[in-house]
Amino acid sequence: MKTIVIGVIGADVHAVGNRIIEYTLTREGFNVVNIGVLSSQEDFINAAIETNASMILVSSLYGHGELDCRGMREKCIEAGIGNILLYVGGNIVVGKQDFKEVEKRFKDMGFNRVYPPGTPIEAVIPDIKKDLGML
Amino acid sequence: MKNYLMVDFGSTYTKLTAVDLEKEDIIATASHYTTVSTDITEGYHKALLKLYDQLGKKITFDKIIACSSAAGGLKMCAIGLVEELTVEAARRVCLGAGGKVDLVFSNKLTSLEVAQIIEKNIDIVLLAGGTDGGNSEVVLYNAEMLGIYGVDVPIIYAGNKACQDEIRLIFEKYRLKGYFCDNVMPKLNVLNIDSANEVIRKIFLENIIEAKGIKKIESEIDQVILPTPNAVLKAAQLLSEGYLDEAGLGDLMLIDIGGATTDVYSVGWGYPSKTDVVLKGLQEPFAKRTVEGDLGMRYSAEGVLQSMSNREIYQYKKEGIDIEYEAQKRRENVEFIATNDRDIEVDAIFAKKCVSVAVSRHVGHLEMVYTPQGTIYFQTGKNLVDVGHLIGTGGIIIKSPKASEILLSACYDRNNPLELRPASPVMMIDYDYILSAMGLLSLYEPLVALRIMKKRIKVIEEGAMKTNAIA
Ligand code: B12
Repeated sequence: MKTIVIGVIGADVHAVGNRIIEYTLTREGFNVVNIGVLSSQEDFINAAIETNASMILVSSLYGHGELDCRGMREKCIEAGIGNILLYVGGNIVVGKQDFKEVEKRFKDMGFNRVYPPGTPIEAVIPDIKKDLGML
Repeated sequence: MKNYLMVDFGSTYTKLTAVDLEKEDIIATASHYTTVSTDITEGYHKALLKLYDQLGKKITFDKIIACSSAAGGLKMCAIGLVEELTVEAARRVCLGAGGKVDLVFSNKLTSLEVAQIIEKNIDIVLLAGGTDGGNSEVVLYNAEMLGIYGVDVPIIYAGNKACQDEIRLIFEKYRLKGYFCDNVMPKLNVLNIDSANEVIRKIFLENIIEAKGIKKIESEIDQVILPTPNAVLKAAQLLSEGYLDEAGLGDLMLIDIGGATTDVYSVGWGYPSKTDVVLKGLQEPFAKRTVEGDLGMRYSAEGVLQSMSNREIYQYKKEGIDIEYEAQKRRENVEFIATNDRDIEVDAIFAKKCVSVAVSRHVGHLEMVYTPQGTIYFQTGKNLVDVGHLIGTGGIIIKSPKASEILLSACYDRNNPLELRPASPVMMIDYDYILSAMGLLSLYEPLVALRIMKKRIKVIEEGAMKTNAIA
C-alpha cells in the first residue's frame, strides 16, 4: 500500500477540505498519514521519512501558499527524501492571478503537480495513481 | 504482624524502609554506603543492623524486595530515525523504564557511534525507527551495523513491525542478544510504551542485575525487581491515580534533586486547557520522567553554573557569593555537607537553579503563531499548569530549611509565560524518602503503599509558603 502524507501548511486553519481529502484517499486504497492543519514543512517531511511515504500532498487554503511552500524541496533533499512526489492545491495564492504563472512558480520550487483553486481531490486521483506507477 | 522490607541500592547509599502492613505505616528506615564495588551484601548488612537498632530488636520480614540504581544505573542507548519522532519515542521509553540514557542516535549509525556503545558499557540498546509499514531501510542498516561491530549486550528491536522478521535474521546471523517488542511509535506521533517497558524490565531481571554484581544479594532477599527511577515513577502514578476506593491526589509533579542528576516526574495527560491552543508533536507519556545529567548538587554543580547567565553570576557576586568558586568547591568535594547558614544558602541557590532548569525542560512549551485571524498557540509537550500537587524529594529538599523556596522555582514564571509550569500547586515533601520503597511495595500491596504515602508525604507548613510566596 502506498503511503501519502497530507496536511494543511503554514498558519492555515481550514480543516474541512483536509478531512475530505483524508476520506477520499483512504477510500481509494491509500495509506493516508494526516498531519492536519497548521503544519510546518518539517512536520510533513519528518512524517514522510518515518512512514516511508511516496508522496506529500500539501493543502493551502488561506492564500499564503507561496511563502509557506518555499524551500520545501530543498529541505526534502537535505532530509534524504529528495525524490518524493510533492503535490500542492487548495487556494494557493491570493486573488485572481494567471494560473499558468502560478503553476510555473510552484514547479520551479520543485513541486511535481500544482492544482488551481476549485480542483476537487477526486479529479486528481488518476494523476496520483499514474505518478505512483499504479496504472 | 506482617512486615515487609524494601531496599533501595542507590549509587551512594543503600536505603532500607521497613513497613508494618497491618499498621499501614513505616516502622523504621536506615541507610549505609552502597558497597557494590566490593560486596553488595556488606552495606546491606550494616544498614540492617542500624534498622534493628532503631526497632530495638531483630525482627523477621515476610518479604524483602529491592530496587537498584547502583553500579552506574541502567545504562541505555536509544536509537531511532527522525530526532523528533522515533528517536524521541525511544528516549522516552528508556527514561520511563528507569534507564539512564547515555547515548541517543538518529538515522544511520556510524562506526564511531557504534564504538561508543561498546566503550560506554551500555547495558541495553533500544533500536527503533519507522512507523509500522514505514521506513525499514534505516533500522535494517542499523541492525547490521550493531552486528558487524559485535555489540554484545541485549538489543531490543522496537521499530517498524514490517521488517521484524528481517531483523530477526540479522540478529541470528551475528548471534546478537536480540529481543522484540511492539513498535515504540506504531503510527505517526503515537507513543507506545508498555510493551518495550515489559521487555526492558525482563532484561533487567535476567541479565543486568547479574552483570552488575547485584544478583549476589538475592541469596538473602527475595528479589531485586526494578530500576530505582522506575519504582519512583510507579509510586508517583499510584499516588496520583489512587487505588480502588482510596482516592489519589490527581495530577502531580515530583522533583528529585541528587548529587549528579535532577529527575522530574509528572503524572497527567497535560492537554491544552484553552481552545486557541493546538497540540503538536509526539504524544506524551501519561506518567513521564525526565533526567538532567548536567544538573545536580555536587557532581554536576558546574553544569548548574553553566546554566546561569552572566547577569545572575554577577548579581550573586554583588551579594558576596562567588558562584564559580562555590560550584567548583562542590564538584571537587562531593561529600561536602552544608552546615552553616551561608553554605545552606548557597546550596539552596544551586537547588533552585536545578529545579527551575529541569522543570523548564520537562514541561510543555507554547509557541505563538500569527495567523490572518489573530494569534493562536502551538503546544508541544505537557501542559502542567493545573497540576494540583508538587512533591519534593532527595536530600537537599528534604533537609533544607528553604525547601519551599526551592520548590517554588518549579512554578509559573512571569518572565517565561510560554512555559507550561505548575501555577499554584500544593507543595509537599517526602520527608522520609520513601517514594522508591512505596513504588516497590505497590507491586504487591498498592493500597497500603498509597495510604502510607498519603500519611507520610506532608504538605509544607503554610507559614513557610506564605513568606516565600511574597519573596
Ligand atoms: C469555512 C472558511 C473559513 C473558516 C475555516 C474553519 C475551519 N477551521 O475549517 C474560518 C472562518 C476560520 C476561515 C478563516 C479564514 N479564511 Co476562510 N474560508 C472558509 C470558506 C468559506 C470555506 C472553506 C471550506 O471549508 N470549504 C469546503 C472544503 C471541502 O473545500 P476546500 O477547503 O476548498 O478543500 C477542497 C479543495 O480546495 C481541494 N483541495 C484542498 N487542498 C488540496 C490540495 C490538492 C493537491 C488538491 C488537488 C486539491 C486540494 O480539495 C478539498 C476537498 O474537496 C472558504 C470559501 C470557500 N467557499 O471555499 C473561505 C476561504 C478559503 N477563506 C479565505 C480567507 C482569506 C480566510 C481568512 C484569511 C480570512 C481572514 N482575513 O480572517 C482566514 C484565515 C484563517 C487561517 N489562519 O487559516 C479565502 C482564501 C482566499 C485565497 N486563498 O485567495 C476564502 C477562499 C474565502 C474568499 N473567497 O475570500 N475561513
